[in-house]
Amino acid sequence: MVLVGGLSQDFTAGESQIEVQADNVRRLIEALDRRFPGLGAELEAKMAVAIDGEIYQDPYLEPIDADSEVFFLPKIGGG
Amino acid sequence: MATEVKELKWIGKRPIRPDGVDKVTGRAKFGADLTLPGMLVGKVLRSPHAHARIKSIDTTKARALAGVKAVVTSADLPELASEWVPAGELQINFRDLSSNILARQKVFYDGHAVAAVAATSAALAKQALALIEVDYEVLPHVIDVVAAMQPEAPLLHDDLFTEGVTPTPETPSNIAKRVEFARGDLEAGFAQADAVVERDYTTKPVHQGYIEPHAVVASTSEDGQSEVWCSTQGQFSVRFYIAKLLSMEISQIRVTPSEIGGGFGGKTTVYLEPLAVLLSRQTGRPVKMVMTRAEVFRATGPTSGAALSVKIGATKDGTVTAAEATLRYQAGAFPGSPVQPGAMCAFAPYAFETFKVVGYDVVVNRPKVAAYRAPGSPIAAFGVESALDELAKRLEIDPLALREKNAAREGTHAAYGPRYGPIGFVETLQAVREHPHYQAPLGPNQGRGIASGFWFNIGGESCAMLNVAEDGTVVVVSGNPDIGGSRASLAMMAAEVLGIDFERVRIIVGDTSTIGYTFLTGGSRVTFATGMAVVQAAEDVVRQLRERAAKVWEISADAVIWEDGQAHPAGANAGEFEPLSLRDIAAEAGKTGGPICGNASLNAQGAGPGFGTHICDVEVDKETGRVTILRYTAVQDAGRAVHPSYVEGQLQGGAAQGIGWALNEEYVYDEDGRLQNPGFLDYRVPVASDLPMIEAVIVEVPNPNHPYGVRGVGEVPIVPPMAAVANAIENAIGVRMCDLPMSPPRLLAAIDNGG
Amino acid sequence: MAKYHVSTSINDEAVEFLCEPQQTLLDVLRDELQLFGSKEGCSSGDCGACSVMLDGRLVCACLVLGVEAEGRAVETIEGMAKGDQLHPLQQSFLEEAALQCGVCTPGILIAAKALLERNPNPTETEVRYWLAGNLCRCTGYDKIVRSVLAVAEEMRGG
Repeated sequence: MVLVGGLSQDFTAGESQIEVQADNVRRLIEALDRRFPGLGAELEAKMAVAIDGEIYQDPYLEPIDADSEVFFLPKIGGG
Repeated sequence: MATEVKELKWIGKRPIRPDGVDKVTGRAKFGADLTLPGMLVGKVLRSPHAHARIKSIDTTKARALAGVKAVVTSADLPELASEWVPAGELQINFRDLSSNILARQKVFYDGHAVAAVAATSAALAKQALALIEVDYEVLPHVIDVVAAMQPEAPLLHDDLFTEGVTPTPETPSNIAKRVEFARGDLEAGFAQADAVVERDYTTKPVHQGYIEPHAVVASTSEDGQSEVWCSTQGQFSVRFYIAKLLSMEISQIRVTPSEIGGGFGGKTTVYLEPLAVLLSRQTGRPVKMVMTRAEVFRATGPTSGAALSVKIGATKDGTVTAAEATLRYQAGAFPGSPVQPGAMCAFAPYAFETFKVVGYDVVVNRPKVAAYRAPGSPIAAFGVESALDELAKRLEIDPLALREKNAAREGTHAAYGPRYGPIGFVETLQAVREHPHYQAPLGPNQGRGIASGFWFNIGGESCAMLNVAEDGTVVVVSGNPDIGGSRASLAMMAAEVLGIDFERVRIIVGDTSTIGYTFLTGGSRVTFATGMAVVQAAEDVVRQLRERAAKVWEISADAVIWEDGQAHPAGANAGEFEPLSLRDIAAEAGKTGGPICGNASLNAQGAGPGFGTHICDVEVDKETGRVTILRYTAVQDAGRAVHPSYVEGQLQGGAAQGIGWALNEEYVYDEDGRLQNPGFLDYRVPVASDLPMIEAVIVEVPNPNHPYGVRGVGEVPIVPPMAAVANAIENAIGVRMCDLPMSPPRLLAAIDNGG
Repeated sequence: MAKYHVSTSINDEAVEFLCEPQQTLLDVLRDELQLFGSKEGCSSGDCGACSVMLDGRLVCACLVLGVEAEGRAVETIEGMAKGDQLHPLQQSFLEEAALQCGVCTPGILIAAKALLERNPNPTETEVRYWLAGNLCRCTGYDKIVRSVLAVAEEMRGG
């Protein structure tokens, strides 16, 4: 089970928690894009991913366990 | 990558920084310190209007002046599409960036660049500027963020439609974007509260205030190759931005970062650099451009001013049941205020179950904001940490206890989403409680305030290279301009891994052609991310050293260990050999396979978030409204302080900037939207006599994702001071200040109004 | 524009230069003599990054005209170390980490040296007010003030 939050609600019609089957970030984004067309590009361009609390700024091949908690959040810069 | 528990030789020590002698003798070369033969001087013509349409620009007379070699306007820049392009970890709209470095149809702020000239002397360049004729149609302007949000406000961009609302509005507005972070049932949360504090706050835009103005020298050859020397936080960003703005190939551009005289986020973008390249391309000569201080204030990024509303409710025992914040941030002339990170940081230190933060990114007729230390976070924290203090008073709870009760810990779902790993927020609160400052007696009209702050910290892409010289000394090449002593911390990590003396490691900051892509110095990432790259490059060297020793001893590399800077046989089975030092192996490197060079390139993940808590004592002169900072203590979790002196320096410097933000610093505009105080006399940054000693207390809760436990430290220290000062003032004289700066006239007015 | 010929002494060396009448001493040091140690932070005497000594008096080089150096003695950061011996203030700034970016450092060192020459035993408050004309945006002044006080004590033979 994958719990997803922080998605752009423009694409998800207000859904903020979604279960998806995917074993890495690339597959997860593909799965989300199939369900919400256009979301994939948005996520890849603007969002970082937190997998079980660990933030990845340029996520791609990071593995996701069946019971992982995945959260999308805006990329962070700094001063 | 668990931290190995073993005696460390260098981490935590305080050696003299490798670049130190050059900086105390005047040798260090900053942005304006380079001269090339045949060099021209470039100057920029700036708008005197806050908002105007450019009807025409006539450069004929300027071009005719003897000694003027080139005049450029936006017509000389390629047209770019409006799109947000990932640049490292940032999103840049290059159409806007292009319009910011040279205005296109309209000027959007006093100081907006309109044209640039290159001439044989500064005096001639200034004369040429005066000869450029610009026909403006002055338009109504808007400076204030709340005014800019009103439907009848003067519109800056007629193609700006608010992002983040569904459906997208059909009429343009100054609100570029709406963001929201929320969890739980807000109404039910506030219904459970025994006390609710609701307040509006305002903060002024403040400038990063680096002492070195922006400066660049560019030289472009006839085949289009450009060499750029400039003061920047990121030579690779400058290279990429120039390439995009001038439609050049990245490999045509070589950017060498000078020593940088302060940045604080403000030198993460470009202003002069593309213009200098353009002028040098047109003239075939090197062009030097240096901003005046007035140009720095009028045309380079401050951080946002803001209007915010905060509402927090809690039960009698201090448990916060609901929290709400609305943040309205000025972006300046183009979209892109730090309201999104501000919204994410607002409640980040706390384990609130129910909250809602809404943020608005609003364009106004001011310079486009640039990053400034923990972008967005200090503004939100001023409101939240002030409101929490008032809430503690209502509930008659110690403000420290209120924060402890609600503090985020390992496993807490951060307000911005994910769960925290090991974090040190509670440890900073504990350190405050145990510090003698927290209990020290106070006199009349004196008060003490505390406040906390948060920043994510980032990792990202970095390269590092270690070259072993023939005598066994080592040169490290990093790709990050060193603002606050990072060459020291990086060299210390290299010495630690190699097991050699710090003095035998030298380090340079490479240009874009000598080291691989490294994301800019910012986000408190260098000691963490580039530090990790240096450690890996040093480990690469150690692996090679073991192989070389193995060749000499004619045994397997697996049977060689590296300890205390020497190769040893792994055990009795490996054979009996005298240890080989780095020096020994380096001397024979040619015979065992050639030079020894270690490399690493990585995208560092897992930067540990940073938390800090500050204690501030003030005395208020009720006759004049003047606030004196009597004592100040800044506590922060550094994960692991590699060079504690420079960690302390970050805490002290950030606190001082926050105190300036709290008490003095503001932009003053006249009715026509012209900046009235573009100089250090009237834009008052703290001077030595404004401040007491600032005690830095380092708490160490190691970041498990870094080999030595490092967390970034540069950003957090500027987050707590504004609220810490405001809370102290209230405790001194019972007046709650909600508007920054808390300058003498404003405080006096508040005292006269009975608070 | 006609240039003026100026004879002066810089860091105990006789120096001659040509300058235009509107050029400041800072312009001359940097642009004509290639002495880049004095920094330009504001050109209005507010930041102190260009602090130099003129006949033993602390001045902002951006507020002095180049021609005013005629017949006088100028001391800059480039003359602060003697041979390979750093001045005790320079050494202390290194040891105490009293600089970060380092762009204000030359001016602060010149100003601090001037203070200790006239007041070998300053209080913390005296150091803070003396250095109030030298802006530092990185350090919060803490380590700078500590360093100056420590050197004062050391030079008194403490």
